[in-house]
Amino acid sequence: MSTAVAPETEKSGKDHRKGSKPVVSDRTSAENRLGLKLVAPAVVLMLLVTAYPMLQALYLSLFRYRLTAPDDRAFVGVDNYLTILSDDQFWLSTGTTVLIMVVTVAVELVIGFAFAMVMHRIVFARGLMRTSILIPYGIITVVSAFAWQFAFSLNNGFVNAWFSWLPWIAEDTNWFGDYWHAMFAIMVSEIWKTTPFMALLLLAGLAQVSEDMLEAAKVDGATWWQRLTKVILPNMRAAIMVAVLFRALDAYRIFDNIFVMTKGAEGTQSISFLTYRQVIEQMQLGLGSAMSVLLFLSVLLLAWLIVKLFRVDLAQARGEG
Amino acid sequence: MAGNTSGKTAVGTWIGFALIMLWCLFPVAWIISLSFKSEGETAAGSAQFLPKEPTFDNYKAIIDNPDFTRALINSFGISLIATLLSVIFATLAAYAIARLEFKGKRLVLSLALAIAMFPVVALVGPLFDMWTTFGLFNTWPGLVIPYMSFTLPLAIWTLSAFFREIPWEMEQAAQVDGATSWQAFRKVIVPLAAPGVFTAAILTFFFAWNEFVLAISLTSTTSSRTVPAQMSFFVGPDPFNPPYAQLATASVIVTLPVIVIVLLFQRKIVAGLTSGAVKG
Repeated sequence: MSTAVAPETEKSGKDHRKGSKPVVSDRTSAENRLGLKLVAPAVVLMLLVTAYPMLQALYLSLFRYRLTAPDDRAFVGVDNYLTILSDDQFWLSTGTTVLIMVVTVAVELVIGFAFAMVMHRIVFARGLMRTSILIPYGIITVVSAFAWQFAFSLNNGFVNAWFSWLPWIAEDTNWFGDYWHAMFAIMVSEIWKTTPFMALLLLAGLAQVSEDMLEAAKVDGATWWQRLTKVILPNMRAAIMVAVLFRALDAYRIFDNIFVMTKGAEGTQSISFLTYRQVIEQMQLGLGSAMSVLLFLSVLLLAWLIVKLFRVDLAQARGEG
Repeated sequence: MAGNTSGKTAVGTWIGFALIMLWCLFPVAWIISLSFKSEGETAAGSAQFLPKEPTFDNYKAIIDNPDFTRALINSFGISLIATLLSVIFATLAAYAIARLEFKGKRLVLSLALAIAMFPVVALVGPLFDMWTTFGLFNTWPGLVIPYMSFTLPLAIWTLSAFFREIPWEMEQAAQVDGATSWQAFRKVIVPLAAPGVFTAAILTFFFAWNEFVLAISLTSTTSSRTVPAQMSFFVGPDPFNPPYAQLATASVIVTLPVIVIVLLFQRKIVAGLTSGAVKG
């Protein structure tokens, strides 16, 4: 993954330190040292809390180890992994997580694009609109989850009262009583909070589509749909892919909404929630560590898939290429 | 005909504007409205949007609740400390990335990217284990340290994009004009870099203010629990009746700082959010 997305450092514009390769001047090596010194604290901090614990998780995942029974610790090899991979719960939560990810990202992409188009076109109240759209972005996920949990609540929510004219919603629809209803509520809270982020990323991409090109297409008689699919979308491909990558990986980690809204009831637990449960509630460090490793690997796989499938080039998107 | 299409577009933009405003503000209006409903009203069940008899009781109850005020202090303290430290380290790193050529630059950027995508839950087990060993479990530093680590990628990414845009030649120009290095740095570079640093700080603060997984996993009492964690454990006096109105009140209070920051700095936040993703 890292090689695919790492920005290219070789820049043609760096004139003064090009020259023939092997000669390392004092200046270059001094710059090298200073650079390393400046990034060192940040790198150490990032590794301390991620790489080291991850290695420890890798080690612990090979043991039968429960914090409530520390003396019962024993090396079991890959047994923990086999236990997890043959467990229905694991696959159900993976399915739930993937479903949430796919649906929310798809919906956010469509709504976010519509929002971006409006924000791009609008000539009045730009500040007001930017302020408003940042509120869902900035709001705490837990608050978003509570707001929607209450909105869908059986006794205190307005959703049933307002939408009971729809054939599939009744006055007494229990939104947290079965899988699909609960999933719907969870996805609504997720989509509400994160669409603004998507919209802002797409807006920035939209701003890079040249107006001249659009004007030319218009003059040539291209319809609105043709202009959208042939000019606008291809030209903001990089922005769309970056937005999808960021949001998909974020959605795959979904936890807060589920913790607040259902506590994982009705089969709505995500893979993050299942891992949390193993480790914190059941103190199963061995089994939980194995799940952590699997979760980490699945995120890597997902990132790799998205980068490969859509040929995302972050460096190019940043204009560094 | 051209007038007709632009007229249609204008109407469409207006409708879009109204929909976006509704989307963004309606749920906020809903929790505000709910926060003014009385305990009796929500206990009996009240499906209407607006409160029957608006009351300030929930605000009094929440502000008098020592657990909540303590959580609010924890949230502010932890988020501010993490933001300050993270931005300092990120500034150093971003300066090096934007200005200097050194080996391992790509590695640092890739590492930052990988960590930005890291599934935080995967760390709670080992971190829980480590923190209990080091005595960091259920303390402020126990949350500040991981918050720094997880906000550094965002801060480095944003800041290096900003720093790349700074016309560094101006520093030399000032020196040629007779300024000392320190003067050139303070009078020329700091004012140019400050907006970027500030933006990175806001985004970092938002992350720490919002963080939930670590906040519930690495704390056990109100001495270091932040507001999101405290809210999720708040059951109220009657376990069969969730304290809807009080939770809504807590939601409103914890959202206020976000709204203030957004009102003051919306332009900077948008610039920061998009700088990492699209051309810097």
